[in-house]
Amino acid sequence: MSRIKEKFIELEAKNQKALISYIMVGFPNEKATITAVRGLVKGGADIIELGFPFSDPIADGPVIQNASTISLKNGTNISKFFSIVKKIRKETDIPLVLMTYTNILYHMGYGKFISQAKKAGIDGFILPDMSFEESKEYLQAAKSNADTIFLISPNTNKNRIQKIAKVSTGFLYLVAVYGTTGVKTGIKNYTIKAIKNVKKQTKGKIPVGVGFGISTPSDVKKYIKAGADAVIVGSAYLKLIEKTPQNKLESKIASFTKSLKKQTIL
Amino acid sequence: MRYPKNGRFGEFGGKYIPETLVPAIEELEENYLKFKDDKSFKKELDYYLKVYAGRPTPLYYAKNLSEKIGGARIYLKREDLLHGGAHKINNTLGQALLAKKMKKKRIIAETGAGQHGVATAMACAALGMKAEVYMGYKDTIRQKLNVFRMDLLGCKVYPVYSGSKTLKDAINEAIRDWITNVETTYYLLGSAVGPHPYPVMVRDFQSVIGNEIISQMKKINKTSDYVIACVGGGSNAIGTFYPLVDSNSEMIGVEAAGKGLKSKLHSATLSAGTKGVLHGMMTYLLQDKEGQITETHSISAGLDYPGVGPEHAYYKDTKRIKYHSATDAEVVDAFLTLTREEGIIPALESAHAIAEAIKVARKGKKSESIVVTLSGRGDKDVEEVQKYLKRNVKN
Repeated sequence: MSRIKEKFIELEAKNQKALISYIMVGFPNEKATITAVRGLVKGGADIIELGFPFSDPIADGPVIQNASTISLKNGTNISKFFSIVKKIRKETDIPLVLMTYTNILYHMGYGKFISQAKKAGIDGFILPDMSFEESKEYLQAAKSNADTIFLISPNTNKNRIQKIAKVSTGFLYLVAVYGTTGVKTGIKNYTIKAIKNVKKQTKGKIPVGVGFGISTPSDVKKYIKAGADAVIVGSAYLKLIEKTPQNKLESKIASFTKSLKKQTIL
Repeated sequence: MRYPKNGRFGEFGGKYIPETLVPAIEELEENYLKFKDDKSFKKELDYYLKVYAGRPTPLYYAKNLSEKIGGARIYLKREDLLHGGAHKINNTLGQALLAKKMKKKRIIAETGAGQHGVATAMACAALGMKAEVYMGYKDTIRQKLNVFRMDLLGCKVYPVYSGSKTLKDAINEAIRDWITNVETTYYLLGSAVGPHPYPVMVRDFQSVIGNEIISQMKKINKTSDYVIACVGGGSNAIGTFYPLVDSNSEMIGVEAAGKGLKSKLHSATLSAGTKGVLHGMMTYLLQDKEGQITETHSISAGLDYPGVGPEHAYYKDTKRIKYHSATDAEVVDAFLTLTREEGIIPALESAHAIAEAIKVARKGKKSESIVVTLSGRGDKDVEEVQKYLKRNVKN
């Protein structure tokens, strides 16, 4: 059983929902990434999403775009990324999900990339520009090797939700709002409806995580109340990393994480 | 490849898009299929192409240029004479009309040299719609006249400061806008790139170029032995080539070699690229060894793009079309030659095709004919050429 699946079973037994925390690897440098991960673990994050930078992140807003640019400028590449993942794996058993864009995997070859990532300690993948229609080769490569976490949008129809749910493992990633990552719009009625609808269509067969624009404990509370099995917080972490000096990073990340995690305990 | 049902030209194309865009892309394809052969839609589009844009464009025998070279005869397909000064209006009228039928109120577009932005602004003004255009900051500087033209046409221009600040980044930003405003907005893409159905739709709207070439060459009893067009994203080229793919014509697409293919400062995607996924499509890309998209260079902003239309990628691999390239220096040379010999100032993009035509004509026989698509006029480029000459003129 995958670490992600195990985590959701464990949380269910404790009557908790999951907090998934996202950071961009190499932003602003390797040391900050390792330190931030320690803070996330200490603060009680359930799953960590590690962003690998891509030159053209079309689904991301200004905060993650900027972090990608800086990470690339500071020399983040695939082998460095995997070596950081290995270091993280030595310290923690927390499920690790890699978020990047299709071309990074396609270019190396889905099979080769996924097996290297798996070896380093990655448990699953999120590719925001990988549509269900184009996923055959990717799915074959990931089969029984890593979780494939697909995205669903509030405008995805019933039929499609079921098709996407069928090929998704680990959890389903519901995009909360029409927009890119990190743009704060407040909780929308259509999002609440979408959570209920996706839960109904998937009949509890796979956990539903909600992300995009979630940045505060009160946001977390609202989405959990609406029925989300997990919430994903990203850009808010990057903003915190950007303004916090290295010597305070671990404790600041831990306390912010703790405040978010608290809202997922029912 | 009349209509690639799964959106693939061989292995190229597809739709690699964020899930939020899927319903919009499906709606677009559904409407495009509904209207593309609809009699009243075609009649309305033909009307605008004829009396608004100025079609058909002439096929001009470049006598002075041909005689100077002393080889094959060079014919110019004068897309530069269209309203707005480039072939772009063929596509923007088609898509703007489609958007109107789809009852979309808001139109967004990206632009490189500014020609597509201007053509979008014009088509929208004519059809009573509003347009907003994303343009790389670097391009807003080197093509500032086109920024002002869009401004005059009542179109909002947003400079894009991310990445290389050129066409690629303008497309990124337009896609982000579309994701955010997917329910109200129509994305009017300007080249034969992007997720299916854009590459096929843009090709179809631009195929009027190739179709006219066929009937015009027939009228003068000539066969087009060679057909040449410049390739950035590749819309004027695919519109020129596609109607002729089953003919015996030898076809050559010309990419921007910038400062030379070995310099890394170029935009010659098909000549020097590798396969990858960008902007919703699988195609050839200029990228580093890890799949990061690299920065491109061309003297012409319109060709300054690290990807290429998937149908071109297909024709490259199947060897139906040859893809060559021309350097900035060769292009400026061709620009000056055509201007002096024929009194026609070509766009720098189109001057790439002229540069290749001169090479082909030199080796060709007098009985052979070359058709070159002159995709746009060069008024927008005179300042850029002036700067280039100041930097590079010897003696």
